[in-house]
Amino acid sequence: MTGRIDGISGPTVNVKMPGLRLYDRVYVGHAMLTGEVVRLAKQGAVIQVYENTAGLAMGEPVRGAGLPLAVRLGPGLLSGIFDGLQRPLQRLKEEIGPFITGGQEISALDYTRKFHFFPQKNKGEEVKQGDILGYFAEGAFKHHLVSRWNGTLAWLVSGACRLDSPIGRFEDGTEIPGSLEWPVRVPRPYRRKLTVSDPLLTGQRCVDFLFPMARGGTVILPGGFGTGKTILEQSIAKFADVDIVVYVGCGERGNEMAELIDEFGGLNDPWTGRKLMERTIFVANTSNMPVAAREASIYTAVSMAEYYRDMGLNVLLLADSLSRWAEALREISSSLEEMPGEEGYPTYLASRLSSFFERAGTVETLSGATGSLSMILSVSPPGGDFTEPVTQACMRATGGFLMLDTTLAHRRHFPAINWLQSYSLYEKSAMAYFNGSLSPAWEEAIRRCRDILSREMSLTAVAEIVGHDGLQDADRLLMRTAETIRQEFLCQNAYTEDAFSPPEKTLAAIAAILQGHDSAAEKITKGGTLDEIVP
Amino acid sequence: MRLSEHIYKTIAAIRGVLLFVENVRGAVMGEMTRVISPDGRVMEGEVLKIEGGDVLIQVFGETRGLDLENTSVVFTDSVKKAPLARDILGRIFNGSFLPVDSLPMFVPRKWARISGFPINPTARARPEEFIETGFSVIDGLNTLVKGQKLPIFSCAGLPSKELTTAILKNAGLAGGGKDFVIVFAALGLTHNEYSYYLQALGEMRTDFTAFVNMADEPVMERLLAPRFALTAAEYLAFELGMDVLVVITDMTNYCDALREVSTAREELPGRRGYPGFMYSDLSSIYERAGRIKGMSGSITMIPVITIPEDDITHPIPDLTGYITEGQIVMSRDLHQKGIFPPVDVLPSLSRLMQRGIGAGHTRGDHRQIANQLYKYYAKGRELRRLEAIVGRDGMTEADKRLLDFAEAFEREFVAQGAKRKNINETLDTGIELIKRFCGGGP
Repeated sequence: MTGRIDGISGPTVNVKMPGLRLYDRVYVGHAMLTGEVVRLAKQGAVIQVYENTAGLAMGEPVRGAGLPLAVRLGPGLLSGIFDGLQRPLQRLKEEIGPFITGGQEISALDYTRKFHFFPQKNKGEEVKQGDILGYFAEGAFKHHLVSRWNGTLAWLVSGACRLDSPIGRFEDGTEIPGSLEWPVRVPRPYRRKLTVSDPLLTGQRCVDFLFPMARGGTVILPGGFGTGKTILEQSIAKFADVDIVVYVGCGERGNEMAELIDEFGGLNDPWTGRKLMERTIFVANTSNMPVAAREASIYTAVSMAEYYRDMGLNVLLLADSLSRWAEALREISSSLEEMPGEEGYPTYLASRLSSFFERAGTVETLSGATGSLSMILSVSPPGGDFTEPVTQACMRATGGFLMLDTTLAHRRHFPAINWLQSYSLYEKSAMAYFNGSLSPAWEEAIRRCRDILSREMSLTAVAEIVGHDGLQDADRLLMRTAETIRQEFLCQNAYTEDAFSPPEKTLAAIAAILQGHDSAAEKITKGGTLDEIVP
Repeated sequence: MRLSEHIYKTIAAIRGVLLFVENVRGAVMGEMTRVISPDGRVMEGEVLKIEGGDVLIQVFGETRGLDLENTSVVFTDSVKKAPLARDILGRIFNGSFLPVDSLPMFVPRKWARISGFPINPTARARPEEFIETGFSVIDGLNTLVKGQKLPIFSCAGLPSKELTTAILKNAGLAGGGKDFVIVFAALGLTHNEYSYYLQALGEMRTDFTAFVNMADEPVMERLLAPRFALTAAEYLAFELGMDVLVVITDMTNYCDALREVSTAREELPGRRGYPGFMYSDLSSIYERAGRIKGMSGSITMIPVITIPEDDITHPIPDLTGYITEGQIVMSRDLHQKGIFPPVDVLPSLSRLMQRGIGAGHTRGDHRQIANQLYKYYAKGRELRRLEAIVGRDGMTEADKRLLDFAEAFEREFVAQGAKRKNINETLDTGIELIKRFCGGGP
């Protein structure tokens, strides 16, 4: 199936070619740039090209792949670093050098690598769709191979194998490959969705304590530049209590990505002690890489995340930043000359976002296990204005809102999460969990902490008029305690040992502050003055 | 690929800098064209859009005097490239890469595509080597490191020109590394500014290459000049192994040029009329800074931005701040106090500073000094607000000391005039201030 280029405009190409299907993958020009069919008409098709179109000429060939844009799923994805189209960046560097020139086709999986396969079904056994045939040893993980067919096993490999040939066969002749292709825009199937209930620990006191995240939940982190979105995302990537982390650098800085990858190489997972890289997949489509591939990058990432979820694992997808994805969508929409909605974004922005968020959740997988896919996504509102369309569309569809505050950031209060305006819809279930598993003091501590912080705000307004000395001792004590909570509890330095705080430590820290406050308050009621009690 | 018949006289329309040519065969996206006016002027143009035989060309030059009948367009089959050689050092070019220093053109050793290629994120080396600008407020508190992009946010009327030239003259590697060169791109300069910068270039200690686009020169050259500058920088850094500091002033003129051209193309405007793709466009410039593993050179970038209406949420500083690794913010208040450089420490930030300071980079006590100075100054500044309400007499001794510290910090640490300070002098000044006011902590 081939055609010829009939027009080029920015990242889109027109082609007259019969037989194309909407969202099919195509190869454009002599350079074989990857593209996707985004519009079909009798007069011709419009193709969105995922690479720079400079240098393409009229009349160059366009070849249809007959398949939608897809990712390759199989063992060996972990510790990989991919671009938005799932090209392995490390192997790309080895092949073509430090600059990405475009048009290279490299498989995400290394077919020459040997994996050990442990079969769990025997020859002659009946296998149903969804049954686990066996597993590959991928680092410390049992990488499940789930059957996509019903049938009787004729043969299944045991021991070392490579992914370039089948690893088994059914009696009817169907071959069982070790990897599969999956169209990125289609959610992977599961039996049913379960209610989200278990908390997802992030190691960040402010998040775990005040605005808890849940396994299978979605949280957004909006903040202007300099508010520490990236550092918070990265801290969570390091310390989150999950099995697998998929980190997407979506239209962000190249140096930051390099720093993160470099740093991860030397770190261990605080929960298991294993190498952090072994549980991480990076998708890096930095801001100067092609815009259309940036749009695809979050789908590439979520498909890989779902694949590991389907093995009954807890997966966390972190994306930095969703605004860059939305901007890519806007650029493409504008080059297709679509009618713009608010601030030039296409009107389908909100529905695309919410269907993306719906790919998160806790599910019963096809093989009957429970797996979860959680998302923590940063948003970069222009001018730090939260009324803009991307933040608003995200707020309607997600379960948590961690508002990063420019004023706090200027005061070097990090993570700069505003404790009065952020919220989490997973608070109730997390509270129930901690009351049960840790201590009933958890809930009480949260209530008191919130109370002190909100009373501090009203007292600050009074103090600005009458001065600190004009306040009563009990009120001055409260302000002092609030300051301690802010500076020593809510602030957490991402560069020191304090960067990771397990829930026991979090509870101990807040309990100590509250206890100090109580004993001082008691002395004041007995007639002591604040200056005597706390020097 | 065309073998003959490159020349077309089939122009259907001319609008601003845009030319619509009909019945073209085999046009290439991004292809360079030569546009020849009826009176024989030759200009360059670039293919922007192709629809069947209709081609849209953006002309890099003055379109006045073009007509539909006699103007011809030559298609060259090649994308825009820059001539490169070591001989670009010491030279001044215009926005079309033609010499304006009355010396002859150099002999190019190679040609490279001016849009460059993105650096593979896995090939990047992390920036961690200190570059000394000679200004305490930058070196001490917002340290610049090799491979970083750190913009200067100025406002109309503030001495950004003076700060820029001082950096051009003073910047260097701490150990006095010798392969350090500067590539300077000036966009939309007035003749007044031009003569100012020309004088500064004459006094430079380091080797440099300059690209100058004047305010009355074609807008398109304003979009090309930074790309020429960066292509030259990539050549010097990654082929000749030099450490290159790229200074671009003023990116606000660049963004306005981008808006002008985008509007002429009838593209949908985004915030304040700037094109929706401005983030991607700016990052295609800023992201060319960096270091590469296994290569000795580096590109560090200082873009200068004049914030329109003193509004930091304006799209130009906003999008820049989202891409760059920090910002140096100039303040009108400090300028009015007579402080030079008038850099406000509180909103300024260097994101990559942590890796580039301390023993082995600057000095072992750098981090601690920087943190203390910042903390005390921030407190002092907050107390100024309180002072305005309750008066100095109503404040505690400790608070008064912090107020005095903030004042002295501005007068003695931030202010330094045109004098260059090395990192040791900077840190010693900091220690002295901390000892004088906050000896045992405030």
